[in-house]
Amino acid sequence: MKTSALTNVYWLVKREFWEHRGGFFWAPVISGGVFLLLNIMALIAGEVLGGSTHFHMTGGLNFDGQLGPDTVGMMGSILDGAMYVTAGLIIMIMAIIMFFYCLGSLYDDRRDRSVLFWKSLPISNRDTVLSKVISAILVAPVIACIVGVVTGLLLILVAACVASMHGLNTWQLLLHAHPLRVALSMIALIPLYAIWALPTIGWLMLCSAWARSKPFLWAVVLPLATGVVVWWLGLMGMFNLGAGWFWMNIVGRLLFSVIPGGWLRNGSALEQLSSQVNDSSGLLDQIGLVHNYATLAAPDLWIGAIAGIAMITAATWFRRWRDDG
Amino acid sequence: MNTAVVTASGLSKRYKNSLALDNASFQIQPGRIVGLIGPNGAGKTTVLKAILGLTDFQGELSVLGLDPRKQRDKLMEQVCFIADVAVLPRWLRVSEAVDFVAHVHPRFDRAKCEAFLKRTKLIPNQRVRQMSKGMIVQLHLALVMAIDARLLVLDEPTLGLDILYRKQFYQNLLEDYFDENKTIIVTTHQVEEVEHILTDLMFIRDGKIVLDADMDAIGERFIEVMVSADQAAAARELKPLDERHVFGKSIFLFDGIERSRLEAMGEVRRPSVSDLFVATMKGTYV
Repeated sequence: MKTSALTNVYWLVKREFWEHRGGFFWAPVISGGVFLLLNIMALIAGEVLGGSTHFHMTGGLNFDGQLGPDTVGMMGSILDGAMYVTAGLIIMIMAIIMFFYCLGSLYDDRRDRSVLFWKSLPISNRDTVLSKVISAILVAPVIACIVGVVTGLLLILVAACVASMHGLNTWQLLLHAHPLRVALSMIALIPLYAIWALPTIGWLMLCSAWARSKPFLWAVVLPLATGVVVWWLGLMGMFNLGAGWFWMNIVGRLLFSVIPGGWLRNGSALEQLSSQVNDSSGLLDQIGLVHNYATLAAPDLWIGAIAGIAMITAATWFRRWRDDG
Repeated sequence: MNTAVVTASGLSKRYKNSLALDNASFQIQPGRIVGLIGPNGAGKTTVLKAILGLTDFQGELSVLGLDPRKQRDKLMEQVCFIADVAVLPRWLRVSEAVDFVAHVHPRFDRAKCEAFLKRTKLIPNQRVRQMSKGMIVQLHLALVMAIDARLLVLDEPTLGLDILYRKQFYQNLLEDYFDENKTIIVTTHQVEEVEHILTDLMFIRDGKIVLDADMDAIGERFIEVMVSADQAAAARELKPLDERHVFGKSIFLFDGIERSRLEAMGEVRRPSVSDLFVATMKGTYV
């Protein structure tokens, strides 16, 4: 059978998914399920305690009284917002899983020596490392986004069921939600997320490929200790940029860039802009995307990405030559 | 043109505080089964790692005409290895292993692998973590035997297996895998079990190749004589490698003494590889 680098990478990514089915797929699905269950429990509790008069639920929908025609348009964005929030939660869980996935990615198989099996196959180390990067910055986030939006959608359906028990025909309102658009706009953010997350992924994979033992300790303690030293030097006025800068741009970027949305920390002005137009979810999405991608203009995003790629390259080198004998 | 599968000259490798390989030179010809035998820490695994491009070293090494340091990815299409029992990842299922290797290895024959697996008790959905050591090695062997490689490297492939699995392992290799186009290098401590399948023998000690010969040459060169007590002194004159005492007689192991001279002293026979090994490695751990 003919094989090429592309099919190799495809099967390597598949292999990552086989190995980490629990983290990549079941963890988002289960957390989505738990989240739904908690909401349903809250709804039932609300029904029992609050009777049928006045209640308030996730997403901020008020169902007593009739809805005016002007509110209908807003319903759509509220529903979308509920989906965003739900998906966001699941993506946060994904980010935590991703952190540990990267830390173990080039270490676990060295520890259990199965690296010797993988290295007995004609696969380049570049492809191996690449497949792990792809799994971390594309496969896992896409799965989390889809699971997140599906969970959000189910949540809305449940809410609609409850509303209809109160004699409100909210099914019409659901048509104003845009689950597909929410999913797509979140997926559209994944490339940006990928670029943003590179320094953390690179750093964690570098530690994973380099450490002889305890990669977690190295990955976390090294930046923190450096941060403390810089802070201490800063106290004595020996470091001009300041410890705050260091913590934010070095330690933070090395360890916390897997958290999605981190790139928005300087974008408060634009956030105000988008909050003015949240009456139309379509515009919100558009502005949101443009707003997010405006980060691409910032040099620190690219400096981080380049550093990430450099660290991934170093990790590939260590993968090739790390001799545990 | 040099047709040797492996050509090493002046191979050296230094770890932090020990010399794992000390200027080792050797050649391995195609169609051979070479036993690389040595005490613990003699440098066997380092030799194999160097051949497989898993470690850096000083000196010259060519495997199938390629440099394992620089052309490893290409080399691994032609070279297979079983590094140890139980290095298959524990989460892997039988079906996933076959699928994966079938798609990434250009010389893998899926039908052949499935035929091998049919002869075992392995089932497609089974994970490595649910298997015994013997079953893991069966899976690994099925994968490796379905790859049409020119060089197979086995590093202690049967360590910790019971005798049934060990016998079956080597039998499968000989019957269903090995042919004149293939070369096998095997390291093991269970010398008795491989001795009858080896065509060549290499002893390694303290990073040096101390013996490198084919089995026929070894049969000619090394001779064991059982000598009665009255002849023992004469035998000792000939500087034997080793002397043992059994039932009041002395067994001497000689290197390169004419057979006819030894036959005059007593019963002559071919030494076992393990006796030869013990004699050659005397004093290693002292």
